[in-house]
Amino acid sequence: MSKREKAGAFDVRNVIAELIGLYGVVLVVVGLLDDSAEAMAKTGGVNANLWAGIGMLVVAVAFALWSWLRPTVVQAPKADAGD
Amino acid sequence: MDDQLRLDASFVDYALVAAYFAVVLLIGVAARRRVSDSLDFFLSGRSLPAWVTGLAFISANLGAVEIVGMSANGAQYGMATMHYFWIGAVPAMLFLGVVMMPFYYGSKVRSVPEFMRRRFGTGAHLVNAISFAVAQILIAGINLYLLATIVEALLGWPLWISLIAAAAVVLSYITLGGLSAAIYNEVLQFFVIVAALLPLTLIGLHRVGGVGGLVDRVTESSGEEMLSSWPATELSGFENPVWSAIGIVFGLGFVLSFGYWTTNFVEVQRAMATNSMSAARSTPIIGAFPKMFIPFIVVIPGLIATVLVPEVIEAKASADADFDYNSSILLLIRDVLPNGLLGVALAGLLAAFMAGMAANISAFNTVFSYDLWQQYVKKDRPDGYYLAVGRWATVGATVAAIGTALIASGYTNLMDYLQTLFGFFNAPLFATFILGMFWKRMTPTAGWAGLVSGTSAAIVVFVMVETGVLDLPGQGGAFVAAGAAFVVDIVVSVVVSKVTAPKPVSELAGLVYSETPREVRTDPEAHTLPWYRSPVPLAGIALAMVIVLNVIFR
Repeated sequence: MSKREKAGAFDVRNVIAELIGLYGVVLVVVGLLDDSAEAMAKTGGVNANLWAGIGMLVVAVAFALWSWLRPTVVQAPKADAGD
Repeated sequence: MDDQLRLDASFVDYALVAAYFAVVLLIGVAARRRVSDSLDFFLSGRSLPAWVTGLAFISANLGAVEIVGMSANGAQYGMATMHYFWIGAVPAMLFLGVVMMPFYYGSKVRSVPEFMRRRFGTGAHLVNAISFAVAQILIAGINLYLLATIVEALLGWPLWISLIAAAAVVLSYITLGGLSAAIYNEVLQFFVIVAALLPLTLIGLHRVGGVGGLVDRVTESSGEEMLSSWPATELSGFENPVWSAIGIVFGLGFVLSFGYWTTNFVEVQRAMATNSMSAARSTPIIGAFPKMFIPFIVVIPGLIATVLVPEVIEAKASADADFDYNSSILLLIRDVLPNGLLGVALAGLLAAFMAGMAANISAFNTVFSYDLWQQYVKKDRPDGYYLAVGRWATVGATVAAIGTALIASGYTNLMDYLQTLFGFFNAPLFATFILGMFWKRMTPTAGWAGLVSGTSAAIVVFVMVETGVLDLPGQGGAFVAAGAAFVVDIVVSVVVSKVTAPKPVSELAGLVYSETPREVRTDPEAHTLPWYRSPVPLAGIALAMVIVLNVIFR
């Protein structure tokens, strides 16, 4: 007997969304707080953390949406199946 | 490594690195405990979608070699490095998907040594298992060395302490189960690396005044040949442009890259984890699309480093032969990425090197315990015995990798070293593999004799280049060695086959093309798939794109 269920938290797209999303949030915060001259000199005047963070948030949302709209349905293996 | 290379990491950077490894270890622990049916399902790989295996396929290779080696190559040789992607990878990946994969997937061979044993018996099996084990230790040394250079740059420890610390970290990563979720990690790692290298490239370009600024400044400082990919005389070391192009197409494009991509089972196994023949064939073909564009975020940073990083500018200007180009990308990261993005870059690089080394060590472990120890030293012991052997092999291999890391540290451009290794190990293997697959007359004796003589030929060429008998500076020596290994292997195999007895045809089913039934090699559902999931049309598009890229950036 086997059941069908969504891959949920272990869908690799959700893992990507969570990690890249976390990075995005951290970078946006760092970008907003730290616009020191030193950081600006490195990037040539662009707030790189802020923009990269926003980019990562967009990617994270896209992956989350993708896995939400098209969930991976798996044929769960039987409880006693081993490999 | 230069003394002045110190990365000024802050708390945020370390936190981002820690977050990455926390996620990886959590997946590893969850995989070990099998907390979720679906996770179990993914890992045992009965229906991984082709885009996941395709990314894992190139990510398994996106380690030390690609990031540090290719950016070093970009800094030293310029746009000619693109050949490693457009000539040296994509065609072989398409060939694997279109021609070889049906055969692999259908015959269900699970490792190179296993194929050798079934096709040629113990002689070729022993030779192949030993050379594979040695190659894994040598390549693990490259990954370990690169990992140690990052530890060194972060903490300022001397190289040997960094090496031991990095080795200890990899050992605990393997022990804690980071490997059990390898495909997950590879896909995750791919996105983190892109998230680090894409901003690096864009900010770098911004600093030098955009693409136009980069072109002007590189032309001014190093000359125009840095910006054109053909005929790559600097890279190959051939003075004659025609020979240079032939060396690149035959040596790199055919022998080395086909040898690497079609016989490397760390890669091929990714494709075996799919649910159908068509998905297996699509895996390397889908991987080919990102593979085409990776050089833009790997080679271009190397090129930017030559006009932006003071150390590299100086080395270029004074034609310093001892300059360590491997540090180019780390130097650029130091100069360009602010705290925050620096942490993302560190997470990506550490993940890539660590996963690369862990994969080498575990591949060694498998071959050592089952193909060598069980087969030739102590047969018929209980499973627990071989598991214990495997654990000791892991520790032994890690210690040995510290030694081979010291060899790797002696090369100022790691690609020179790596291509040399591939010439020794992969070129003869590819020759024996392809001949054994398509020529049923090839005998067991020819199997091992071909491998031994091919590797010997590559070593002879290597010694001649090292001692100056052959004058080939760049990576041409490796191309010639690989070509020699391939040709000698084929010739010896054919000659030996003529005078020794072949295996009975009945034992070759599933191992030789002509003896394998057609239904084993084809996918009955293939005609129901839309074009974007059919391997052959996808491969055609990929091929057309790579030709266009070669024309644009000639």
